Amino acid sequence: MAQEIGNFQKLIEKIRVLFATEIIEIKEFRGQIAILINKQNAKKIIKYLKEQEGFNHLQDLCGVDYYPEKPRFEVVYNLYSIWRKMHLRVRVKVHEEDPEIDTVTDLWQGANWHERECYDMFGISFKGHAELRRILMPEDWNGHPLRKDYPLKGKEIWSGFRQLFNQNFLDDGGY
Amino acid sequence: MGQLEIEKIDETTFVLQMGPHHPATHGVLKLFCELEGERVKKIVPEVGYLHRGVEKLAEYKTYPAAMTLTDRLDYISSMSNNIAYCLAIERLMGIEPPVRAKFIRTMVAELTRLSSHLLWLATHALDIGAMTVFLYAFREREQILQFFEKICGARLTVSYPRIGGVRLDIKKNVLEEIYEFMKVMLKRVDEYETLLTENRIWIARTKGIGVISPEEAVSLGITGPALRGSGVCYDIRKHAPYDAYSEVDFEVPLGQQGDTYDRYLCRIREMRQSAFIVKQCIEKMPEGEILAEESPDMDLTPQPKRIIKGGESLWSGFVEFTDEKYELIPKGEIYSAVEAPKGELGFYIVSDGGGKPYRMRVRAPSFIHISAIPKLCEGHLLADIIAIIGTLDIVMGEADR
Repeated sequence: MAQEIGNFQKLIEKIRVLFATEIIEIKEFRGQIAILINKQNAKKIIKYLKEQEGFNHLQDLCGVDYYPEKPRFEVVYNLYSIWRKMHLRVRVKVHEEDPEIDTVTDLWQGANWHERECYDMFGISFKGHAELRRILMPEDWNGHPLRKDYPLKGKEIWSGFRQLFNQNFLDDGGY
Repeated sequence: MGQLEIEKIDETTFVLQMGPHHPATHGVLKLFCELEGERVKKIVPEVGYLHRGVEKLAEYKTYPAAMTLTDRLDYISSMSNNIAYCLAIERLMGIEPPVRAKFIRTMVAELTRLSSHLLWLATHALDIGAMTVFLYAFREREQILQFFEKICGARLTVSYPRIGGVRLDIKKNVLEEIYEFMKVMLKRVDEYETLLTENRIWIARTKGIGVISPEEAVSLGITGPALRGSGVCYDIRKHAPYDAYSEVDFEVPLGQQGDTYDRYLCRIREMRQSAFIVKQCIEKMPEGEILAEESPDMDLTPQPKRIIKGGESLWSGFVEFTDEKYELIPKGEIYSAVEAPKGELGFYIVSDGGGKPYRMRVRAPSFIHISAIPKLCEGHLLADIIAIIGTLDIVMGEADR
């Protein structure tokens, strides 16, 4: 166990030296290490972690909204190395004005739906994603529900509701 | 067809919409299947029919109250969801549950795994055409649900664990009953195997169906028994032991081929291991407390109080406040995962110091497994889609959240 922790410290030092300019901060909380990096080179660092350091399992990819703060959004990658038994979190800040970040679907096929959900819930778009469309909400929905300025009950009734409600089904069915 | 693009459809190619109401999709899952004759060319799964906004709802509830939402994720193994959530909050707050509570949790988590795998076996076999197994498996599942009722009063949506322990202690006679049942359970698993493992129809329907290589399975994010069927040894109970898993002895069954048959064998062996773990837990369970002292109250205040500046000014009628608030829960973020019956169930919690989670993200295994269906179904027959959906063991309540 002690050896693993030693290895992990070495890895963190290595990353700190290699990407000295890109890394903004390295934080430890309850034994989990999170690195905050610049958006421009995020893909490069994640690719390095996957291919050189063996973080082969993308546990989770999600967005977080820190509403009044700037930059507003954050995309969080929880990486895990199955053979080294290590966990590392990569956080990338995304501005509200330019909510776009490179996709990681070419590194992990499983990231596909995670990114679609992130787009659906926060409106963060992923550059290079093959089919970026809504996944959990209806395709004609307005707004992104998990944003902090989106009320719990929703802003308005679904746009197609009136039309559907007033439609005369009996005529269509031929009865 | 909405925005889906499926290229030219000639005389032999057509699109079949399977679901959302179909007995073999295990919930409200819709599949657009582009078929050439009976062979699958392309599949586009559609989810979201059961979306309830659990992640958004949790942001408006206090930490203890938000646990009841997790019951409704994977509703056939709610105990595992509760434990996953409680562990995440405990790690965030730095609480260590008492040893007895840890053993109780490990035991109920394994009972849940048994009941979930029994339901999987029953429906998977029923989908493929073996109805007998369904009746036998539900007989044992009923027993396990009755144990849950004796333990906490609820059968499905249990909310039994609490942050920092469990809600109620288990009586000794109930533990004895469970121990006796586990002996029976091991024999029952053998009985299921006599019905299926060497059944020629079962082998014909499952062998070589939905083959996935280890590299691809990891890339797709598949976890749990579905990943271990491909031979990748990734089990969070072994990789990062939580609760009392470091103190019990068990094996992680692995497959070789990565097909439906191997995944079936993996789950069957896992059921035996679960029964062993439950027996060990009952043998090793110590006496003592079941709830940690630091455990937050059920009526935790949602807002932290402001710090009062002056002590004396309170009595003079003027109260001075500062803008600082003390923290109910430590600030920070944590990712905590457990080995749920379906796969890796992770909770990513962001805390801003208040009594409510700032962000609760659920990494649901079923969600990722559904996204892997197109890959697994490539080139198979329409009838094999049913087998593949069954072998992935999906629950829509968890996928749609």
